[in-house]
Amino acid sequence: MKLLFERSRPGRGMDLLPPCDVPAVSFDAALLRDSAPRLPEIAEVDLGRHYTELAKQTHGVNDGFYPLGSCTMKYNPRVDEETASLPGFTQIHPLQPLDTVQGCLEVLWKSEQLLTEITGMDAVTYQPAAGAHGEYTGLLLIRCYHQSRGDTARTKIIVPDSAHGTNPASATMAGFKVVSVPSNEMGGVDLDALRAAVGPDTAGLMLTNPNTVGLFDPNILEITQIIHDAGGLCYYDGANLNAIMGHVRPGDMGFDCVHVNLHKTFATPHGGGGPGSGPVGCKDFLAPFLPSPRVKKAGDSYEFFDPEQSMGKVRSFYGNFLVVVKALTYILSLGKEGIPAASAGAVLNANYLMKKLAGHYDMSFNTLCMHEFVMTLEKLAHDTGVTAMDVAKRLLDFGMHPPTMYFPLIVHEALMVEPTETESPETLDEAAEVFLKILEEAKSDPESLHHAPHDCAIGRPDEVTAARNPILRYDFGA
Amino acid sequence: MSVIPAELKYTKSHEWVKEEDGVFVIGLTDYAQSALGDLVFVNLPEEGDAVTAGEAFSDVESVKAVSDVFSPVTGEVCAINEELLDNPALINEAPYDAWLVKVQNVSDTEELLDAAAYEAVVAAEEA
Amino acid sequence: MASYIPYTGEERQAMLKAVGLDSIDQLYDVVPESVRVKDLDLPEGMSELEVGRVMADMAEKDKIFRSIFRGAGAYRHFIPAIVKTVTSKEEFLTAYTPYQAEISQGVLQSIFEYQTQMCELTGMDVSNASVYDGASAAAEAVFMCQERKKSAVVFSGAVNPQVLRVVKTYCESRQVPVTVIPPKGTATDLEALKAAIADDTAAVYVQSPNYYGVIEDMDAVVEAAHAKKAKVIMGCNPIALGLLKTPGEYGADIAVGEGQPLGMPLAFGGPYLGFMTCKQAMMRKLPGRIVGETADHDGNRAYVLTLQAREQHIRREKASSNICSNQALCAMTASVYLAAMGPKGLRQAAESSAAHAHYLADQIAPLGFGRKDPDQPFFHEFLTECPMDPDELCKKLEPYGILGGLPVDGGILWCCTECNDKADIDRLVAALKEVCGK
Repeated sequence: MKLLFERSRPGRGMDLLPPCDVPAVSFDAALLRDSAPRLPEIAEVDLGRHYTELAKQTHGVNDGFYPLGSCTMKYNPRVDEETASLPGFTQIHPLQPLDTVQGCLEVLWKSEQLLTEITGMDAVTYQPAAGAHGEYTGLLLIRCYHQSRGDTARTKIIVPDSAHGTNPASATMAGFKVVSVPSNEMGGVDLDALRAAVGPDTAGLMLTNPNTVGLFDPNILEITQIIHDAGGLCYYDGANLNAIMGHVRPGDMGFDCVHVNLHKTFATPHGGGGPGSGPVGCKDFLAPFLPSPRVKKAGDSYEFFDPEQSMGKVRSFYGNFLVVVKALTYILSLGKEGIPAASAGAVLNANYLMKKLAGHYDMSFNTLCMHEFVMTLEKLAHDTGVTAMDVAKRLLDFGMHPPTMYFPLIVHEALMVEPTETESPETLDEAAEVFLKILEEAKSDPESLHHAPHDCAIGRPDEVTAARNPILRYDFGA
Repeated sequence: MSVIPAELKYTKSHEWVKEEDGVFVIGLTDYAQSALGDLVFVNLPEEGDAVTAGEAFSDVESVKAVSDVFSPVTGEVCAINEELLDNPALINEAPYDAWLVKVQNVSDTEELLDAAAYEAVVAAEEA
Repeated sequence: MASYIPYTGEERQAMLKAVGLDSIDQLYDVVPESVRVKDLDLPEGMSELEVGRVMADMAEKDKIFRSIFRGAGAYRHFIPAIVKTVTSKEEFLTAYTPYQAEISQGVLQSIFEYQTQMCELTGMDVSNASVYDGASAAAEAVFMCQERKKSAVVFSGAVNPQVLRVVKTYCESRQVPVTVIPPKGTATDLEALKAAIADDTAAVYVQSPNYYGVIEDMDAVVEAAHAKKAKVIMGCNPIALGLLKTPGEYGADIAVGEGQPLGMPLAFGGPYLGFMTCKQAMMRKLPGRIVGETADHDGNRAYVLTLQAREQHIRREKASSNICSNQALCAMTASVYLAAMGPKGLRQAAESSAAHAHYLADQIAPLGFGRKDPDQPFFHEFLTECPMDPDELCKKLEPYGILGGLPVDGGILWCCTECNDKADIDRLVAALKEVCGK
């Protein structure tokens, strides 16, 4: 595929702006750039075709099954896109007078009410722009809380070794030291190890439940109690909320704050890597530390206010507002019955697919799973040389996005499968057939799998060369 | 089967060490480079930095992993192998030529292994 | 009620049976009974028709201004029609981060193109694939400059206050000292800035055009910072870069900014786009996703996420940033915008914005809206006196369908873009005359 710059021809372009109808400004030459940026010069038709070609080389949820574990690639409803395109939302300046933005404030306020109910929290901020950003914000809440009490000795955040890499990275960013605790044989928190890890330096615990192997930790109440008894707070990583929403709430499990990924659980599209939204919920006692501003209802109207001990701001304005509009549309659509039905559907689909594959592929745990399950291809790799990577790459030939590979780190040759609730049994049946077919190939012709995919636009790219000799922009030549 | 030159000393964390007139030259062993795979970048300390025996002083990156390199000695970095910054593949190609740092004013040394002892460490890990 | 589950109740029973269960409840047997949700206090679900109406009713409560003379970090520029067409394509909209390069060449190539465009725009060597917004980009840039013996950061007080507040929040937890130099009028106090740069200063942050629209003396900033071996982070407006001297030309080390003006609607503050570019020497400190060019085994050109060992999923607690996602679709929006505008169109937008702002400044000065620091060069924003209470003034402009400048420091911060043509400005001037009783 040609790059934009390779399609460019001097003098071409589009007729977009009228001639300026007021006198031009003559800036001092020292303030001006020496030469124009080498932006492409392209006619509209060619620009349109360029992106149509790029779109054909991009696999989205609407292109096929996308069971990417821990990413919750569910269908993105079209009505959500439509409401987020309403001019009453898109054309509003973020610094308009409050009486002219009552609709926007209502969106934020209503969304907060709904999300507090779903998570069992008391307050929510929509300022964080992504899940990792939410983690960071939640950890700052914990930091502010301990500092407000003069409890400066609490410098450590406990993170299970099965956690996603963002958890420890966020804790470091928030100024904490990370203490890693080992998992037990079911991928859950090892209670003895946890008891041994807590102390007067414990600021808090970061946890996903269901955990990263797709199992609900039955000791959850004991876990949060151990942390609270030690004087720490419990942070719920909402990455896996799609398994449990409407059935059990982080707030009831003993968590003090939580982030939620609207782009996972609440069906807003991922956009190739963003924009997402990572709202943070917390219990009342943490609300005074939330980022500024928050929204409140005063009589019939809505206002902004600054929480009295606010941490400050983690992003300009109020977060990825249009993403919140989409999520609100989704939550209102599903409502009281739809929310638990969606998560139950996600769990059912995962178990249905796991059942079809169990006995052929090794599962990390042979028990009912939540919304995702982890297969381990360690034995297959040992017997045939075919790795999780090879299987994943071969899936591409069948028009299917592979599961998450090599995560969690505690499972070897892992493939983490999350079908989501928006897939039909036929899709799951077909996916199972593909998995079984690849298993046969692994046994009959392992060599061919090492070279998969065979039918994609490109073969496996040379990542070593890419990293050793980075080419990060187009070379215009002399 | 990895190469373990007899004349060098080793650590359990797979660094090799060579002493030349009070200056300790430190690198990664053949076993280490092979386990790490194609290296794409090396983070080195600066000249004059202090290093402590048993603590990380550098890390090496492959495409999908990053690994700490631990110092076998306590002292002061007197030279770094700048060639590696441009060409980390040298570690894969010739691990015992591709030294990372040289350390002087050494005040403390970790317990170092001879080639036979290190061979046993490698054998145990490979099993 | 919707749940976007495709199968029927009967089919669900068959699936349950296939996994050896009788009821959905059994899926949750592992959850302690004491914490099972008994009654979820949410409203009943809605049909698509109903929810569309409810959301439209909310949108209806917002006032859309015909004329906007307010910027301060969010700008209404013209958006070519092709931008929305491209970014609405379902493949781009519904894809995840392009981990699987073989089926993601489209989105990867678009990010590579975006990186190239941002390098061209800022005159820098390397760009990442974007971060959340301009403010978090500034904070990430500060972290890029952290060295063992240099940690402190000196900020001009003439930067956007939201950027400053976000940076302070980020720096507080990392214990990075932040010194803010109060502006001298509407520009950076260069003498004070220079005096504040010490041996432990890791970075100096100056925005140009600054919060008040003034084009700063960046040459002096760069000279002062580099004299103390401190890095220079320049906050920029991407439209202005179609015309004004680039961070690269000034010799800045890192350029960051809010990319919203590049084709993104105002949208009550987001989604926006944080862009970050830097000099080659800082490449490996750049946070977030970066796309690189390579080849597959047949030698076909291919794009991949690269330099991943910098990132949180590999470095975990040692990562310099926790950022995972970029704002990929917003980066694509900026890229399509820049491709549609081209070098001439972008320059035209910049010139037209500046020209209309200068025309507005001339027109309203005689009405009691004299520009503060009239000798300072400005781009498309400027701070004026206000002959009456600024909030009250804006209130009185509302019935005219005009969003006036932002009340700031007892004055008013005005903004024009190419969307404010002469007729638009003349309407504002007429309204101001009426409102101010002149």
